[in-house]
Amino acid sequence: MLDFNLIPILPEIFLAFTAMGLLIVGVSGGNKSTDIICWAAVLSCLMAIFLLFGISWQRTTVLNDMFIIDQFGGFMKLIILLGMIASIALSVKYLYQEQMIRFEYPVLMLMACVGMMLMVSAHNLLGLYMALELQSLSLYVLAAFRRNSYKSAEAGTKYFVLGALSSGLILFGISLVYGFTGSINFSVIQTSLSNEGAANIGAIIGMVFLLSGLAFKISAVPFHMWTPDVYQGAPTSVTAFFAIVPKVAAFALIIRLLYEPFAPLMEQWSQIILFLSVASMTVGAFAALVQDNLKRLLAYSSIGNMGYALIGIVAGNEAGVSAVIIYLFIYMFMTAGTFGVILCLRRGGIASEKISDLGGLSLTNPALAYAMAILMFSMSGLPPLAGFFGKLFVFQAAIDGELYALAIYGVITTVIAAYYYLRIIKVMFFDDPVDTLDKDIPFARRAVIFVSVIFVLGFIIKPNLLVSSSQSAASAITAPQGLAVKKTIKEPPQAAAAGDRPSSTEAAATVTGAQDK
Amino acid sequence: MNSALLDIGIHHYLILGAFLFTIGVFGMFLNRKNVIVILMSIELMLLAVNINFVAFSAYLGDLTGQIFTMFILTVAAAEAAIGLAILVVFFRNRGTIAVDDISGMKG
Repeated sequence: MLDFNLIPILPEIFLAFTAMGLLIVGVSGGNKSTDIICWAAVLSCLMAIFLLFGISWQRTTVLNDMFIIDQFGGFMKLIILLGMIASIALSVKYLYQEQMIRFEYPVLMLMACVGMMLMVSAHNLLGLYMALELQSLSLYVLAAFRRNSYKSAEAGTKYFVLGALSSGLILFGISLVYGFTGSINFSVIQTSLSNEGAANIGAIIGMVFLLSGLAFKISAVPFHMWTPDVYQGAPTSVTAFFAIVPKVAAFALIIRLLYEPFAPLMEQWSQIILFLSVASMTVGAFAALVQDNLKRLLAYSSIGNMGYALIGIVAGNEAGVSAVIIYLFIYMFMTAGTFGVILCLRRGGIASEKISDLGGLSLTNPALAYAMAILMFSMSGLPPLAGFFGKLFVFQAAIDGELYALAIYGVITTVIAAYYYLRIIKVMFFDDPVDTLDKDIPFARRAVIFVSVIFVLGFIIKPNLLVSSSQSAASAITAPQGLAVKKTIKEPPQAAAAGDRPSSTEAAATVTGAQDK
Repeated sequence: MNSALLDIGIHHYLILGAFLFTIGVFGMFLNRKNVIVILMSIELMLLAVNINFVAFSAYLGDLTGQIFTMFILTVAAAEAAIGLAILVVFFRNRGTIAVDDISGMKG
């Protein structure tokens, strides 16, 4: 029988209806109502968070097995909604400052948000594809949103062409997986693959296509070429959004795909992810050294960060997945704050985005300079700050998974990458000041910067809040499938150690926390 | 005469699909003239995937593949609409849609 239990999908339904309702408000009210719609969008994201907490996060599938809600999905949706609130809040004033006040902006963001939340909860390849397209099509338009700017149009064109290519790759992969396993349902694919295993070459090829398409979406290295151009060309508020939210959703999708339908092929996909991770870390560390545009620099920094997060997936254990979730959560807060600072860099009403424009910021605007310095120290992974713990958990998961070389390589690239983060701090504190910045920093922007700095500084006080919830989220996705499979495929001692791992990482977190205090 | 037709199996459809898909991918990268050609290549890729889906659907005796095809056609239409809209914005700013001119940002 069909089941029409719509309760687990309530946040998405609510957001979709709100987006359409706000579109109607916008059409009747015109562009004057843009700020009202923006704040209404923030409010509806808050409402969606309440709805999300209202529903049960027990593993259930609804809509004929097309949609799944579990601890993992619920937690990732929470991260996505928090990121949405931050990025809409950062955008409002920017739209006015850059004269691109159009009411479609928040509506498109909400549509992308619905797409991302559905992506996280997809339990079927059709649902996955439709959600991915809903998200991507909204993002293409957002990238080209500044219609009178050549750069924005070019960013939109590039993003569209390469995004469409990646959707094509994903679709081709889906068609092969469907043909060679006989179903598009995640659980059926998993059963079929665990029976046949590596003998099913067609499905493996399909999985490779699917993974390379998704690597585009998280801008992992051989598929990263769109990232710097799109980050530089798109309006800064849109760049902030791109950096904060869609990455999290795409990561959640990759984790669900790899640990549910493709869990029996772990030996195959871990090699691909390993390559993506090493390549991303390398490019992220070296290509950013020569940039002088802040947005472009952050694009390479995000490529590198995606490489670190991928380490957790390669590790292939519960600690790895929970490390990825922690990493993405921390990365989201740091990026939101950093872009908040970049959005404040305006002189005489004109946005500046060169690194040299930060010169002497500590004299002209000390509060902003110290906030940026804290965020940059955190990004480079200095110990008492949140960014350090993100990397710590990821590397620890790699060591637990006996990937020593990968962990060492990750540390080396972190050191190289620290150069360009520290260069920003050097420019702010030791270079001669350029003109003073415009003083009118809107409240929402201050609030986002403040919250992210407080998070980065305060994470050490209670790391277990995030760590324990991300562990339960990770166990929801690895416990039934991943680890069981790993036990049979890989060598037994590792799998045996997996049982006590969550407690050991937690203990390590508290120990390091205590030491640093 | 009919026996030659009957010999057409799933492999042939898959090879055709793979060929069309490859042509689509190469069309995107080798063409230096015109962004419209890129849009056509994207469409070709999606249609090649549709051939795959329909062939698998007939082979497996399962309707899911054909339903998937319908969704892909719809999404392809939406994608073409958005692509052309972005292209119009680009043309208004730049006055050209040659691929070589999409190079304002480098590095």
